[in-house]
Amino acid sequence: MTEMAMARARLVCEVVAKTARLMVGIPDYPTYVTHRQTFHPDQPVMTYEEFFRERQAARYAIGKGRFRGCC
Amino acid sequence: MTLQAKLMWAGLAVLGAIAFGIVALSRGEPVNAAWLVIASACIYFIAYRFYALYIVGKVFAIDRTRQTPAYRHNDGLDYVPTNRYVLFGHHFAAIAGAGPLVGPVLAAQMGYLPGTLWILAGAVFAGAVQDMTVLFLSTRRDGRSLGDMIRSEMGPAAGAIAGIGVLLICVIILAVLALVVVKALVGSPWGTFAVFATIPIALLMGIYVRFLRPGRIGEMSAIGAVLLLLALIYGRTVSETPALAAWFNLPGDMLALLIIGYGFVASVLPVWLLLAPRDYLSTFLKVGTILLLAIGIIVVRPDMQMSAVTRFIDGTGPVWAGSVFPFLFITIACGAVSGWHSLISSGTTPKMIENEDQICFIGYGGMLTESFVAMMAIISASVIHPGVYFAMNSSAGLIGTDPAQAAQVITGWGFAVTPDMLTQIARDVGETSIMSRTGGAPTLAVGMASILSEFLGGRVLMGIWYHFAILFEALFILTTVDAGTRVCRFMIQDLVGNVVPAFKATESWANNIIGSALSCALWGYFLYQGVIDPLGGIWTLWPLFGTANQMLAAIALTLCTVVLFKMKRQRYAWVTVVPTAWLVVCTVTAGLQKVFSPDPAVGFVSHARLLGDAVAAGKVQAPAKSLAEMNRIIFNDYVDATLAALFVAIVVATVVYGLITSWKALGNPKITAIEVGGAGVLAGGSND
Repeated sequence: MTEMAMARARLVCEVVAKTARLMVGIPDYPTYVTHRQTFHPDQPVMTYEEFFRERQAARYAIGKGRFRGCC
Repeated sequence: MTLQAKLMWAGLAVLGAIAFGIVALSRGEPVNAAWLVIASACIYFIAYRFYALYIVGKVFAIDRTRQTPAYRHNDGLDYVPTNRYVLFGHHFAAIAGAGPLVGPVLAAQMGYLPGTLWILAGAVFAGAVQDMTVLFLSTRRDGRSLGDMIRSEMGPAAGAIAGIGVLLICVIILAVLALVVVKALVGSPWGTFAVFATIPIALLMGIYVRFLRPGRIGEMSAIGAVLLLLALIYGRTVSETPALAAWFNLPGDMLALLIIGYGFVASVLPVWLLLAPRDYLSTFLKVGTILLLAIGIIVVRPDMQMSAVTRFIDGTGPVWAGSVFPFLFITIACGAVSGWHSLISSGTTPKMIENEDQICFIGYGGMLTESFVAMMAIISASVIHPGVYFAMNSSAGLIGTDPAQAAQVITGWGFAVTPDMLTQIARDVGETSIMSRTGGAPTLAVGMASILSEFLGGRVLMGIWYHFAILFEALFILTTVDAGTRVCRFMIQDLVGNVVPAFKATESWANNIIGSALSCALWGYFLYQGVIDPLGGIWTLWPLFGTANQMLAAIALTLCTVVLFKMKRQRYAWVTVVPTAWLVVCTVTAGLQKVFSPDPAVGFVSHARLLGDAVAAGKVQAPAKSLAEMNRIIFNDYVDATLAALFVAIVVATVVYGLITSWKALGNPKITAIEVGGAGVLAGGSND
């Protein structure tokens, strides 16, 4: 019972952390890696640091129509 | 539906009706804010279950088997199928901003009831419908932007007109938001110090997350939050040490120039250094504070001091001019319906939706949550004493700068208040004066401080809570200013680039600097004029901002209507036609009144004429102090009148294009909506 509660708590923490990261424009890194490995196995995969920088630059890229912060 | 479910929904409806009855009908006795919370929660649940699900099922006829762009273009980066709760958080963080916090505070001058009704009805029938429909349209078009969709569905001319509208709204939003910050920080060393401290903190965080511990957002944000808290606490020492306070006790025009300069620097610096870390900090602070305020209101359950309806329902209020129709519906834009959201619903969110059946939860649900934020803002503004509310939100031109005089004027309006109350509340929050702190943010901060201090810390901590609220608003407003300046720069480059093609190259440093300077000059002009405006700036600019925002909503809803016609679902088009018609009527009436109203408090032109006559007679008319100042006000009146007229023209032109396109679609027996990626429903869709 407690183990199940623990697992559930861990899941909630994970979802909260993912949400917080996506709120600032950083999608889930493991998802990205899985995607690259599944669909582009012959191509290089960015490290987390590269991934982070790429996403950070993309969030503020000029001309992508990324509006935020409602009036 | 099972009997049990039916009973539950009936119970919810009865509970909501009772709560609403208590809110609307009790006279003389203060109403507890809890009733307002219960009434709105019941309405949100019922609207979601019976209206939003009806729209997605019957009107959109969503297709659960249809691949969303997140799957079709899955790249693990921009297009990623995302858990709906995670995506909901992302979407909400992107739409929530200063709008739903400021508008309702200003609207409280008419009492809390008119604003409350509009926030609820507007969100349920207009705002949430707009957000969800645009999200649906964009999801079926590879996550294209609003401008792109207008171009492809309504033609390039309509697209170009909408583009100009978006640029104008961007300029006005940046100016008004920066004005809110200036008004909150004028003569407040504590607040100014805390806000300035965020710059070195952000630089430190930026370097930390790029070089020291790359990509560790959690650690970085924790460090930033601790430093921010220290700056907040140390701010009191700064304000109490005259030698230090002198550095941060700045007049409004100085603050305005600093913010314009800051906006320029922040938009040309590399984003990782200043913009991104501040964005992270402000996003987390924003969401955290909104949650905290919700908990505070539920735990404390404060009584509403403001009456349900005040005498200013007649349009003679000191916070903004104009009667309930159309100006209440302009003053509360975000929180009820906000055109800005249509840009976000067609931004990153549609690229991450897993399935079309989640559009309702994210689009409609996200807006209902935002609407609840607006309810909290109106509650916060209503729990403080009405006399204090009017002292904070009336310009010095109306109530003077002396507490005794202000108390007399406000008591004369029928809101009994003593000079002691005005000075005491200023002392409580650690300021020298709280009078004429227009712009909503300080009022909200006092309301939040009184709610939060009641369950965390008591009166001793009221100053900390007040400045915490100011800091939280200033931080995310300034982040919007940096990011908005960059967006604005791009739009200017795009627009000017049509004439001077070399200007379109966004990699060029020269272009970036010229573009940023132009963009800062545009919003900076309105900001500076607002700051030195003897009428208080907010009085003049907020209605313009509201009109611009509702204009964009009218454009977005027109697009939604046109597409429903092109999908041959005109039988159900009333769900977007009704809010479109309402917004068009509101924006056009408000715009025309701002230009032509013979009442100088409302009409820009008649105000300019009034002052012009005085100048011709060589008289200086209060609140202006010199003839030069009067000439400046006259010039600005004509600038503002031109803008208001432009907004009306944009709305009317869009509606005309909308009518023509809908008429054509009606005559065509085939589906003409240009969707991407469906099987069999395509009509001329291109797959780029």
